[in-house]
Amino acid sequence: MLISVTNLRKVYSSGDEVEVVALKDADLTIEHGEFVAIMGPSGSGKSTLMHIFGCLDQPTEGTYLFDGIDVGGLSDDKLAEIRNKKIGFVFQQFNLLPRTSALDNVILPLLYNREFIDREKARLALDRVGLSERYHHHPSQLSGGQQQRVAIARALVTEPTLIMADEPTGALDTKSGDEIMAIFQELNEEGKTIILVTHELYIAEHAKRVIFLKDGEIVSDKRLKNRKISKVAGVMA
Amino acid sequence: MNLLETLKMALRGISVNKVRSALTMLGIVIGVGAVVAMVSIGTGATSSVTSRIQGLGSNLLTIMAGAPSVGGVRQAMGSATSLTIEDAEALKKSVSTVKNVSPELSQNAQVVYLSQNTNTSISGVMPAYEEVRNFHAAYGQFITKDDVDTSRRVAVLGQTVAGQLFSAGEEPIGKVIKINNIPFQVIGIMEQKGSGGGSSNMDDTILIPLSTAMHRVFGSRSLRQISVEVASADQMDQASAEITNLLMIRHKISDSSKIDFQIMNQAEVLNTLSEVTGTLTLLLGGIAAISLIVGGIGIMNIMLVSVTERTREIGLRKAVGAKRRDVLFQFLIESVLLCLAGGVAGVGLGFLGSVAIGQYAGWGTVISISSIWLAFFFSGAVGVFFGIYPAIKASRLNPIDALRYE
Repeated sequence: MLISVTNLRKVYSSGDEVEVVALKDADLTIEHGEFVAIMGPSGSGKSTLMHIFGCLDQPTEGTYLFDGIDVGGLSDDKLAEIRNKKIGFVFQQFNLLPRTSALDNVILPLLYNREFIDREKARLALDRVGLSERYHHHPSQLSGGQQQRVAIARALVTEPTLIMADEPTGALDTKSGDEIMAIFQELNEEGKTIILVTHELYIAEHAKRVIFLKDGEIVSDKRLKNRKISKVAGVMA
Repeated sequence: MNLLETLKMALRGISVNKVRSALTMLGIVIGVGAVVAMVSIGTGATSSVTSRIQGLGSNLLTIMAGAPSVGGVRQAMGSATSLTIEDAEALKKSVSTVKNVSPELSQNAQVVYLSQNTNTSISGVMPAYEEVRNFHAAYGQFITKDDVDTSRRVAVLGQTVAGQLFSAGEEPIGKVIKINNIPFQVIGIMEQKGSGGGSSNMDDTILIPLSTAMHRVFGSRSLRQISVEVASADQMDQASAEITNLLMIRHKISDSSKIDFQIMNQAEVLNTLSEVTGTLTLLLGGIAAISLIVGGIGIMNIMLVSVTERTREIGLRKAVGAKRRDVLFQFLIESVLLCLAGGVAGVGLGFLGSVAIGQYAGWGTVISISSIWLAFFFSGAVGVFFGIYPAIKASRLNPIDALRYE
């Protein structure tokens, strides 16, 4: 069991005593090797759930066990260490460093793990997403799909247990989006756990399990029998 | 995160906005440059003044005739008639710390050569003057013992006087000038000395034999001053006390508050002037330091802008595992690097500036290694001081908020 939440509650309180309940008593478990899509309209709490899963935020109440660790009450620096070692992030806006080569972007997480910086790992990660020819290109010289693939390589480079993808195809055209989903499906086949947040049903249907949130509550949790399979020739080695 | 990578990252951060980084650095460049230049100018001025005074004879005591009070009216300094040649001879003979004495009588007089005329100080001196005052004839010859013994009408001119009386190509030596209508033959020209502390411009003077001055020109039997060369500089106070004792006995004065002479110590003058120029250096350096602080505020301003601009980058770095201190050091090192680079350029600028001003002002500027270290230390400290707040601000950003920032 990779993720287990019980009675998870998240309340945002702004200065003037107005409380917004973003998550209400969520109970959920995710096993190693799953490919989960979290869906819901905006304001449903899916981003909040993802931030908590990604150790970017702490729940207000309830417990969150990640890979056997009780995350509640850990310090910021401890959370940073967990993110660095065990979680890879892919964002809608790619969030690559501008004027920095693809290779240096991929190396970034390695800089923060206080070990020998193995550039070969970064090259392998870029090879995996089919960018062997683009090591020294800057983000501005790459297409959206290629930039997102650099971001995936950056998420892979630390060999994390979990990959968190927040609307990874939101800024891409359909073809590039399919390529990205194909990469996620391949990574999942290789045993990586993937959690995907999206509001597009078409994208969610690439996952093996779809969780639907509404007003901070889990309203459905289904395993897909006939999921969509994206295969784009020439992307994976 | 290791230091090398942090440095690389900071360099990249600086190089992304080259013009802005350069302009920000300019504040530090000017600040450090100003400190280095001002301190070196101040130090140069101090050593220039010091060497000029030492050029006058660093172990020189000047005994001035006092200011007598006639019927309750205080007269001008040096107008007392108490100092005599005999006093001077007695000093040389009986005070062991006195190496040499130069009795002098000076007054202003009108000097004429053909159609040129000037009013200058005429000093009656002995041959010892050259050594005691460390002031030598550059051309021709100086007054000899024979000139004094026979009260010869010969004159040695200071450079300023020579320039006023004689035109550029003219040879002054051998010419006859008139001092108070008495003809004198010019036998020499003194070296250039410039004005010294306290006394008047030594180049604007004419030297004649003391006996001639006393008997033929001014008709005075007393001296205006006696210059005393003390055997060594550390005996100045002792010599001063011994001279005071001897002169009090000779002048039959028992109450030391009623002495009719005054002893001026060149070393004291030197100390006073050094203090003045030291204060000047401090003042100049202080003003320059203010510009360094202003430069530092510029750094802080730009670092705050940079932190805001790079909010998303900070969010990403935190998401992939940067801890607070990683982000803190990244921004702190960026500002320290900016300041140190500005410091290096500033030392260069300050060096050039002080050389240029030194050339213009005509004195040597002294760039001390310590002022360069100080400039480096201060620019680094400015970088830390003004960089720490923006860096802390960056390190405290919440990754979620930072990633969402537009």
